[in-house]
Amino acid sequence: MQNSTSWRSFRMAAWLGWLIESNWTDPFLFAVYSIVKPLSGAAILVVMYGIITQGNFQSALFPYIYLGNAFYIYVGAVMTGVSWAVVDDREHYKTLKYMYIAPIYIPVYLLGRGAARFITGSIAVIITILTGVLFLKVPLQVAEIDWLLFSVTLFVGIVMLAMLGLLLAGVTLTTARHEGFIGEATAATLYIFSGAVFPLDVLPNWLRPIGYFMPTTYWLELLRRSLVGNVAQAFPTLSNFSNMQILGILLGLSLFFGIVSLQVFKVCDRIARERGMIDRTTNY
Amino acid sequence: MNAVSSKYSRKDTGWRLFLKTIIARAYPRVIGQQREISWVLFEVVMPMLAVCSYVFVYRALKAPEEYIGFVVMGGAMTAFWMNVLWSMSSQLYWEKETGNLALYIMAPNSMMAILLGMALGGMVATAMRAVAVTVFGTLMFAVEFEVTSYLQLFAVFMLAMIALYGLGMMMASAFLLFGREAWHMANLAQEPIFLASGFYFPIKSLPFWVAAGASIIPLTLGMDAMRQLVFPSGFRLGFLDVRTEIIILAILSVVFVAVSKFLLAYVEKLAVREGRITESRR
Repeated sequence: MQNSTSWRSFRMAAWLGWLIESNWTDPFLFAVYSIVKPLSGAAILVVMYGIITQGNFQSALFPYIYLGNAFYIYVGAVMTGVSWAVVDDREHYKTLKYMYIAPIYIPVYLLGRGAARFITGSIAVIITILTGVLFLKVPLQVAEIDWLLFSVTLFVGIVMLAMLGLLLAGVTLTTARHEGFIGEATAATLYIFSGAVFPLDVLPNWLRPIGYFMPTTYWLELLRRSLVGNVAQAFPTLSNFSNMQILGILLGLSLFFGIVSLQVFKVCDRIARERGMIDRTTNY
Repeated sequence: MNAVSSKYSRKDTGWRLFLKTIIARAYPRVIGQQREISWVLFEVVMPMLAVCSYVFVYRALKAPEEYIGFVVMGGAMTAFWMNVLWSMSSQLYWEKETGNLALYIMAPNSMMAILLGMALGGMVATAMRAVAVTVFGTLMFAVEFEVTSYLQLFAVFMLAMIALYGLGMMMASAFLLFGREAWHMANLAQEPIFLASGFYFPIKSLPFWVAAGASIIPLTLGMDAMRQLVFPSGFRLGFLDVRTEIIILAILSVVFVAVSKFLLAYVEKLAVREGRITESRR
């Protein structure tokens, strides 16, 4: 029974999320929106890189930056997507209380809402990478991609991001007025500490341990290695670790953060119920 | 009878009402927003996180130090663009969603005064956040400034602000007609504008016609001129001569504020006719 409830919660939430994400306009404008936004973000970095290196896109640093930025779209989409569902349902649509009294499993429902953002995020990631390969000579050879490593890493990473999103959703449940900032601020902070667009060695010494503790650091490194192996391994940050060692660390940290996230959500959910925060609207 | 003739019942009309409306709408922007300390914190921290990311990218690329200053200035100016986008352009849409818009239109005041009040209050409140970002960025990354003309710097900043908030007033009218798409439209106008306006790199790096087209956004020329005026190597990386940029910004200021007045009147009439003032399409 629990399994079917969970699956129904997830499936319906994912469908609802997809409708909310996509049906606000006609398909053409939706396509433009899905393409222009991620490409502009990537183009800022490309222009910065181009100015300083005077157009030397052959350097190993370019695919490092480009692919890191492209896959980081998932962090904003999945992690923030799960936590944003609380704001959307509680403040905007004012339906969170109905979700709580419906025969669904709330954490799974929130994860389902994140699944819709995973789909829109995937569109952005694919378009960004294709643009890089076609127009900017990102050295991605289909025959050389380690598909198994890529698939496993992507799956583990998405689950890890969804669990982090659940942690933020819990915090969001107990927060008023500034809950919209929580996901964005966390994603922006992880952008710095995950070595998404620069190797961690650029950070001051005292900040680097934060980066080494973040699962996103290992996730992005493995994704780069699986796609452009020899290029990604050129940077000293994690060069002493083999792919399997990094995968092990990623799994361990994902498990750790997953357990913490579930516990935090459980505690926050109880607090929100006790204090009557489930249907609180602040009009912010 | 006494109550009617007392000072509390005096009716303000004309320019006095116009002025009072501006102050009344600016008040919550300047005072109200400062009361939510967590918002102030987030609005300073968020641009700072973007500044840190781009600074570290430049450091990884071993870029010349003046680029770090460019990023800090760009980060500070994002506060103004975000304010125009989310608290000017989208504001009438939010007011419609929360039910205040109909009250604004019913009240015997000018909608133009309301927009001016929003602009004035937003400008002052955002300036505080922009100063905070500049100070933190300067201290964290040891940015060095060398102002060549304070007068020109003041003129550029003020004209850029007038033109920018004039643009915001124009966009507010357009957003009045939006439904659910308003949020997405505002969201869409972030990264592409950061790119086209050169928030994190000199606009001169883009092809000439792209930079010229992007100059319709007042911050493009405003930032370019300010970078030329405050950084030693700024003139080398400038898009146009500072005097030319000042003249263009002055023209943009007049055009945007004037057009916003006509656009607001037109769109308000259209929205009333089509019954969009009280609609809420979630």
